[in-house]
Amino acid sequence: MTWIALKMLTGDRGKYFAIIFGITFASLLITEQSGIFCGVMLRTTSQIRDIEGVDIWVMNPNVRYMDDLKAISDDDVFRVRSVPGVAWAVSLYRGSGQAQLANGDYQSLILIGIDDSTLVGAPTKMLVGKLGDLQNADAVIVDEAGYRQMWPGEPLRTGKVIEMNDCRAVVVGVFRASQTWMTMPVVYTRFSQAVFFVPAVRRLMPFVLAKCKPGLSVPGVARRIGAQTGLQALSKQEFMNLTMMYYLKHTGIPINIGTTVLLGFFVGCAIAGQTFYLFTVENLKQFGTLKAMGMSDRRLVGMILTQALLVGAIGYGLGVGLTTIYGIVAQRGMPLLAFFLPWQVVAGTGVAVLLISLISSVLSIHRVLVLEPAMVFQGGVA
Amino acid sequence: MTTGVLVGEGVTCHNLIKDYGAGDARVRALRGVDVEIAAGELTLLVGPSGCGKTTLISILAGTLEPTNGEVTVLGKDLTRLTKREKGAFRAQNVGFVFQQFNLLPSLTAAENVAVPLVINGYSKASAIVQAGQVLKLMGLGDRMNSLPSQLSGGQQQRVAIARALVHKPRLLVCDEPTSAIDARTGHAIMTLIREVALQPDRVTVVVTHDQRVFEFADRIITLEDGRVAGDRSVEARVEQTHSGLKIESSTL
Repeated sequence: MTWIALKMLTGDRGKYFAIIFGITFASLLITEQSGIFCGVMLRTTSQIRDIEGVDIWVMNPNVRYMDDLKAISDDDVFRVRSVPGVAWAVSLYRGSGQAQLANGDYQSLILIGIDDSTLVGAPTKMLVGKLGDLQNADAVIVDEAGYRQMWPGEPLRTGKVIEMNDCRAVVVGVFRASQTWMTMPVVYTRFSQAVFFVPAVRRLMPFVLAKCKPGLSVPGVARRIGAQTGLQALSKQEFMNLTMMYYLKHTGIPINIGTTVLLGFFVGCAIAGQTFYLFTVENLKQFGTLKAMGMSDRRLVGMILTQALLVGAIGYGLGVGLTTIYGIVAQRGMPLLAFFLPWQVVAGTGVAVLLISLISSVLSIHRVLVLEPAMVFQGGVA
Repeated sequence: MTTGVLVGEGVTCHNLIKDYGAGDARVRALRGVDVEIAAGELTLLVGPSGCGKTTLISILAGTLEPTNGEVTVLGKDLTRLTKREKGAFRAQNVGFVFQQFNLLPSLTAAENVAVPLVINGYSKASAIVQAGQVLKLMGLGDRMNSLPSQLSGGQQQRVAIARALVHKPRLLVCDEPTSAIDARTGHAIMTLIREVALQPDRVTVVVTHDQRVFEFADRIITLEDGRVAGDRSVEARVEQTHSGLKIESSTL
């Protein structure tokens, strides 16, 4: 029966392509918007992801996301080091700064101060310069996007000078960083240097980065740090989740993008459903003839579902494929575009398209099931 | 009215009533039809539009429920069959020829003819082989891979007849088979039905209002206003083959 269903479906090329277009459009819209949503969410955690080689982030218990900076005591780094299971722990400064460029312009930036001796937490993808040069006096390294923002059109090179908090800073390297949420330049320096680049405050350090001893479970050690120090200790993934949940709960991103995703679902249902229903209605004479000839309702339903699932699968494949191409091309041409396509989005779109296909076929199935086979006599199907 | 045939071999209707709609909108299409149709002869159901002939043939074919009365087809009381059983009965025992051919436009001639076999559980490959053989008998051996849109009206109706006969049904119902084609082709189609379809163990009923095909009938039942108004055997039927087709009917 499958071959009859497929031949009926593909026999009318116009309607066949119209149904596929509807589902492709819905699939594209759902995947693309979900991909942008994931990309935006991912950016909120870019600085957590970019700091590699660290198991646990320790912070003030009231911190709700990465940018929610609440300084802790400088001594806390020693308290963390004393917790059993901690291999090492270092301070991390993270805050906002303001740079004055050579032409007099000001530029807000994200300033990160890493451990002086180990440079733990430093970026790994250096484009220009050497990470070791960060040990030089007044040395900073700048992310590529930030460099282009501060010195547009100029080639990447070391030796650029900026001024922060009346202190001279020399760019000794340029690195590649994940795109940030705020699109501000990200500047790394040593912790001891960072204190000069920002106005003086009593407490400066918002984070302690810790590494577990080999063989120990990260959540277990994190719980122990929390219990022993009274601070909030989270694994990298937990801190990323906390940050994303904050943005999900306290920003309009989910509702704004979610509305478009939902719209894509409904538009897909409407286009695919209507076209598929019309396709069935126009083929009622054929279904009626098959019914008169003794084809069972179960087989007829099977034929309609086969048709719906086939166009659903093709539309889904095209939609996801086009979205992937869009993502690759757009990210090359527009680095600021937030786009990330995890397997969960691909799978979720698959479920949505499956639903669209099934919803589209329900009306058609009903129409065929209530069809009286006698209607085929004298062309009585209408 | 009785032809002397055994009930199990043919079709018997007793006091058949069919109403459409309900209440004030109710229309009685059949008003107590009593009729017996034997196998082995070509029976025409004739009458003016709205007389109930299509309703009657629909009930005989098991595609419509009567409101009241008895209908026994090939020994089966259709009123006692479930919807599902009726479908299976139609699939195995009934061949249909429709006024508008009702071929599936995206299927080739051979695939269209294969459909009843596929419904009866044959594989596509085996069904296509059998369909090809029947199409050859119909003189369409060279058009097996043609789509209906590539065939003339007469050729399409021949494909439809092949489809109706490919599974060797014991009841063949033809609904105005010559209405949508010209007179000459209509003659050829009726000749084909006479020579190929008519079998000693097959009940063949043709609904028509085309008087030019009356000459092909063994028996003509006239309906008027939902009742049998006339029933006569045709004695001087033309035996001549009008289409000139050379057909071996023994296998169908």
